[in-house]
Amino acid sequence: MIPGAFDYVRPSSLEGALTALRAAGDDGKVIAGGQSLLPLLRLRLAYPEILVDLGSVPELSGVRDEGSSLLVGAMTTHYDVLRDPLIHQHAPLVAAATATVADPAVRHRGTFGGSLAHADPAGDLPAVALAMDAVFVTSSREIPASEFFSDYLTSALEPDEVLLGVRLPKSYAGWGFHYEKFHRTAQAWAIVGVACLVQRSNGEISAARIGLTNMGSTPIRASAVEQAVTGGAANREAFRAAAESAAEGTSPPSDLHGSAEYRRHLVTVLTARALSKAASV
Amino acid sequence: MTAAPEIGSARLRSEDARLITGQTNWTDNIQLPGLLHVAFLRSPVAHGRITRIDAEPARGRPGVIAVFTGADFADEQGSLPTAWQVTEDMVLPDHPPVAVEEVRYVGEPVAVVVARDRYLAADALEAIDVDYETLPPVLDMDEAIKEGADLVHADKGTNKSYEWVFAAGDIDAAFRDAPVVIERRYVQQRLIPAAMEPRAVVCSVVGDEYTLWSSTQIPHVLRLMLATVTGIPEHRLRVIAPDVGGGFGSKLQVYGEEVACLLLAKRLGRPVKWTESRSEGNASVHHGRDQIQRLSLAAEADGRIRGLKVDLLADMGAYLMLITPGIPLLGAFMFNGIYKMDAYHFTCSGIFTNKTPTDAYRGAGRPEATFAIERLMDELASELSLDPLEVRRRNWITHEEFPYDTIAGLTYDSGNYEAATEKAHRLFEYDKLRAEQADRRERGDPVQLGIGISTFTEMCGLAPSRVLGSLAFGAGGWEHASVRMLPSGKVEVVTGSSAHGQGHETAWAQIAADRLGVPFEDVRVLHGDTSISPKGMDTYGSRSLAVGGVALYNACEKVIDKARRMAAHMLEADEQDIEFANGTFSVRGVPDQVRTVQEVSLATFLAHDLPEGFEPSLDSDATHDPANFSFPHGTHLCAAEVDTETGFVKLRSYVAVDDIGKVVNPLIVEGQVHGGLAQGIAQALYEEAVYDADGNLTTTTMADYLLPAATDLPTFTTDRTETPATTNPLGVKGVGEAGTIASTPAVVNAIVDALRPYGVADVPMPCTPERVWRACRAGGAQEAGRAGGPEHSPRPGAGGGLGSAGGEA
Ligand SMILES: Cc1cc2nc3c(=O)[nH]c(=O)nc-3n(C[C@H](O)[C@H](O)[C@H](O)COP(=O)(O)OP(=O)(O)OC[C@H]3O[C@@H](n4cnc5c(N)ncnc54)[C@H](O)[C@@H]3O)c2cc1C
Repeated sequence: MIPGAFDYVRPSSLEGALTALRAAGDDGKVIAGGQSLLPLLRLRLAYPEILVDLGSVPELSGVRDEGSSLLVGAMTTHYDVLRDPLIHQHAPLVAAATATVADPAVRHRGTFGGSLAHADPAGDLPAVALAMDAVFVTSSREIPASEFFSDYLTSALEPDEVLLGVRLPKSYAGWGFHYEKFHRTAQAWAIVGVACLVQRSNGEISAARIGLTNMGSTPIRASAVEQAVTGGAANREAFRAAAESAAEGTSPPSDLHGSAEYRRHLVTVLTARALSKAASV
Repeated sequence: MTAAPEIGSARLRSEDARLITGQTNWTDNIQLPGLLHVAFLRSPVAHGRITRIDAEPARGRPGVIAVFTGADFADEQGSLPTAWQVTEDMVLPDHPPVAVEEVRYVGEPVAVVVARDRYLAADALEAIDVDYETLPPVLDMDEAIKEGADLVHADKGTNKSYEWVFAAGDIDAAFRDAPVVIERRYVQQRLIPAAMEPRAVVCSVVGDEYTLWSSTQIPHVLRLMLATVTGIPEHRLRVIAPDVGGGFGSKLQVYGEEVACLLLAKRLGRPVKWTESRSEGNASVHHGRDQIQRLSLAAEADGRIRGLKVDLLADMGAYLMLITPGIPLLGAFMFNGIYKMDAYHFTCSGIFTNKTPTDAYRGAGRPEATFAIERLMDELASELSLDPLEVRRRNWITHEEFPYDTIAGLTYDSGNYEAATEKAHRLFEYDKLRAEQADRRERGDPVQLGIGISTFTEMCGLAPSRVLGSLAFGAGGWEHASVRMLPSGKVEVVTGSSAHGQGHETAWAQIAADRLGVPFEDVRVLHGDTSISPKGMDTYGSRSLAVGGVALYNACEKVIDKARRMAAHMLEADEQDIEFANGTFSVRGVPDQVRTVQEVSLATFLAHDLPEGFEPSLDSDATHDPANFSFPHGTHLCAAEVDTETGFVKLRSYVAVDDIGKVVNPLIVEGQVHGGLAQGIAQALYEEAVYDADGNLTTTTMADYLLPAATDLPTFTTDRTETPATTNPLGVKGVGEAGTIASTPAVVNAIVDALRPYGVADVPMPCTPERVWRACRAGGAQEAGRAGGPEHSPRPGAGGGLGSAGGEA
């Protein structure tokens, strides 16, 4: 399809970007990798009048070590995230989930920040950010992950607010991790995904954090499962029993790839598997 | 000096470098001075009367040159053609290229914008205001044929276009007291062809000379049909198919957009271009398959087939297009597969619905038939607790029995099903996999293993013209080739086949090089332009090599026959004593007396010294009309791991042993098989055009209409047996559709085989994870009286209970 007409600017500083966005008001839109925004424009589901491209704002790319956390620049591409040693060392769950995103071409253009700002509950990274208690650093404030995703394709970002980066705590380094993605073809979006972190001690699970992909209009924590496994044995039977409550509090969509009923079933199987793989049992 | 024979050599395809680097002219790359751009406004409703169109606001949009509605074209646009009147009383509705009064499917063109660029044209579409009085859409074939059903074409009084019947043998006798009767209903879901290059059309008019470039499979047929529809004299219309990026049948069509572009160029006196977008194409390129199959098979207690009844409802969509009504009938002759039986009865009703018209899609009728019979063979095996390979063995035509007259009235010239099966069985490690399957069943493994079999045949080499005539098809089935011997010794081959990705430029050059004894590099193959290749029937139905390749073979023989006389003259010998091998003429018994074909060619060109009455040209033409179809066959074995907890199907291994007769280029064959397998597997697992309750197509993007990539497919093991076709001098059969035809039932058979212990006898296509999961859960209900879950019924290879009319063996 062919998008409607729009203007395009590519400022070379953050200040320039913010000025352009403020001037545009509701008619402006940030463009990062364009991998989600352009399909919307081409299907004529969105008609922004001006796109503000962040591609030339230097400080938005790359991963920085901030001591107790990492700051992943919003414009860091999926490809660069996958190659980053700091990510592998301190936030391997992010790498595991990113590796399942789309295909190499998309991963070279699409960005970490764009994936989160897009707030697609079917995207793989929002559930990870939620499970890790990431903090969203914007041009005007800091937003905890639990408050960032407000609805389907809607985040807490204001139209003239730019996501600068995402702070990932290092505290999960050393935890068992796994991202279990269920999709029909390798390049397809998740029908359901489970991002899982577990801390083991003495054959027991001492803490667990689980984020669910595509089980509602936002990513969701599987709190009931987290509680059920914590303090319990780290074995498959225990995980399967705990995962029975994975669909609790979710409201998954029904679409061409699966009904809500199927997703509710699937999430229990996948959560059990994600726990087993994260705990290596 | 004997070079390795060209025929049979695995040459890299010479056209690939330009195709895969984009260094070529696709239709959309063509730029002409003053070119204007076309966009179509399409119906958003499945069925409705157009009560008002206001195009004025669009005419005022920036860059807009003109806007036309169907009414503006009504006098000129004619009706899109259907070349196959399958029955005398077939209902054939008018099909205006741009709708005038009524729209009958979502995506049907209702108005056309012409603008200075593509973007302005697309923007202006939004300014056209159309009011529709919606009419009830007809979306379900079973409903469509009921008394008092809503009608797609009210004036026709029925949604049934035709009913076509074929009968052979005494079907009642076959079913009377049959020990086993299997009855099944299978659905061939609707598919959307997804050629890599979307459709595109460019048209220019200079004086009264029209040139139309189109991403088409059929430049020759298109020229004739467009001339007929528009009244433009055939000799004033040149149709060019530049490099074309795939078709799979979807470009075997005469599209309304092609007619509209001709009319626009004519009205505006300026060249125009239209290129579809993917989502536009999903709704408006003709669709494939879409059949409801009701099947009954009667067999003896030992598994031998007595008779087969086939009753089809075939969805035509809203209109009949070029060969829409005939597609399911191409399958009529294939439901018996490779098997012997006493009686066969086939009925097909073509049904109108408010959906995109259907037409040829890779395999065209034959995948549907092959699916049905190969699924039934597995069901029969299950019913009788026999190995599905054994049931096939008891029924197939043995290699000593060829040529064999089938119950469907065809003569299979050659084949060796035993040899192909034996090879596949070995490569697949069949017994080992069966042992693993038994083990997983025993253990109650949540991931079960299934083995799927497809021993298929198909009819290729479309087609003997007399057969087409007897089926009331509107054309012959011959193909044309000519060979031009250039003075420098180089060769130009002109073919009426119209390659759109198949590699004809390579394969045809190999045939010519082999027959004429010239270097491969010295042959150029020309095609796809009615001014350059004036005569042809184009490319579809795995016909190009078996018909067009044979035409080329014959044209080369004619060149050599003429050259032999000239060589005899040059060598001062008797023509009977001239031998020809490896490009060299020699006198029998005098090996040092030689003239190369190039020398003879030059001497003929110079024409200084010719034999008495010899016309100074070695060039030749040949038009080949095949005496029979060709019948590729093969044995495909598929191992699938089915996760019973999630329904996910993972293909673990896939062995394809194909017998396509002699091979010109094994690498091209390999490519065709791989692509074909991907496409057939995709029908089994991924693809489906889905309409909602209002008749909106919901699978308009690649995110919703799933296609597999290499990552989703197993590493294929391919091999061949070689039983030459006896009805053409090359011994070739055709390979373009084999993989697609064979693989769909192999995959579904594997899934059902995995789940038999769960009481599963079928999973509707595409076998999505959710459907597989639901089948597992409903298995107990599906087969009354059988518990679900392997722990309750661990009977490997067993199943059945459905439809058994008599006692079991
Ligand atoms: C074929 C295909 C398959 C895909 N498959 C997957 C998949 O399996 N899993 C998955 O998770 N994703 C998938 N994606 C999406 C991909 O990950 C995208 O890269 C991502 O969703 C958006 O990133 P982007 O940089 O392209 O953002 P853009 O498309 O440029 O922007 C997306 C949205 O975010 C906003 N935005 C972007 N950056 C900022 C910022 N710094 N500040 C404020 N707002 C911002 C934009 O305004 C826009 O609204 C797929 C995409 C494609 C094309």
